[in-house]
Amino acid sequence: MSDFLAMGGYATFVWWSYGLTAAVLIGLAVFALRRARARREELDQLQARLGPGRRESRQ
Amino acid sequence: MASSLHRFANPNRFMRLSGAVLPWAAVITAILFPIGLYLALFASPPDYQQGETVRIMYVHVPAAWMALFVYTTMAVASAVALIWRHPVADIAARAASPLGAGFTFIALATGALWGQPMWGTWWVWDARLTSVLILFFLYLGHMALFDAFDDPTKGARAAAILALVGAVNVPIIHYSVEWWNTLHQPASILRDGGPSIAASMLWPLFIMAFAFKAYFVTFLLVRMRSDITAAKLRALRRTQVEGAGMSAATPAAAEADRA
Repeated sequence: MSDFLAMGGYATFVWWSYGLTAAVLIGLAVFALRRARARREELDQLQARLGPGRRESRQ
Repeated sequence: MASSLHRFANPNRFMRLSGAVLPWAAVITAILFPIGLYLALFASPPDYQQGETVRIMYVHVPAAWMALFVYTTMAVASAVALIWRHPVADIAARAASPLGAGFTFIALATGALWGQPMWGTWWVWDARLTSVLILFFLYLGHMALFDAFDDPTKGARAAAILALVGAVNVPIIHYSVEWWNTLHQPASILRDGGPSIAASMLWPLFIMAFAFKAYFVTFLLVRMRSDITAAKLRALRRTQVEGAGMSAATPAAAEADRA
């Protein structure tokens, strides 16, 4: 296991590469999902307030 | 051509189609990343020259491919938006650029982390590295232009023109390693005569590349759907301001009414 983590002496470079990649991809994903949910909830609330005159637009 | 395209221009049709595709794209992403990471970190051999640093390739190369693929997607969407005034095309271009910027950042950062141990330097101002840095700035400029105008259609137009002008950079990046003397190695996969790397490294690379692509499809759709929701919200608020019960007066409000 420690052999694996050492990456033949290149641990810093290999693990920083994978760590940065994960941070960017997970960061973009969490941001997109949170914003999508917030907007959907806001739209639902607004449509509920506007009442039955409006058709439901969620799909 | 235009009429067949306009069948997909309707945001509601897009919401239905994307709602059907999205779960599959998400599942494929969730399956491919663990397999790809296992192959990249455990099951593939160290390189006879580069040792374990070759594992950086399995994130660096897919990210670099995606940096170019996303930009090409964005340029095509921008052309469609400019020529056919296709509303979903603008939404696609806008949703793509932060993802493309992310992939380009990964390619640049992992390239530096690979360059330091193998070339002895984090960075050189050679043709490949510089043209990819320009690509990163094109993405950032595209993101900034969308919000730089009070009128969102003007912002979308300006961003689309930037995306199209910047598209000349895509072939420059691809051929930079052939046209100029660079420290960066030439293409090993997309070259005449087929890939020049061993199958034990090719498979992990392809699976990681497909994982990156599935990730892009998943979050492109998440972001596009979210932007359509935001457009509906804006349109509804506008009708609310104009007075509830009044008939929709603006095209945007009419769009929300049909929604």
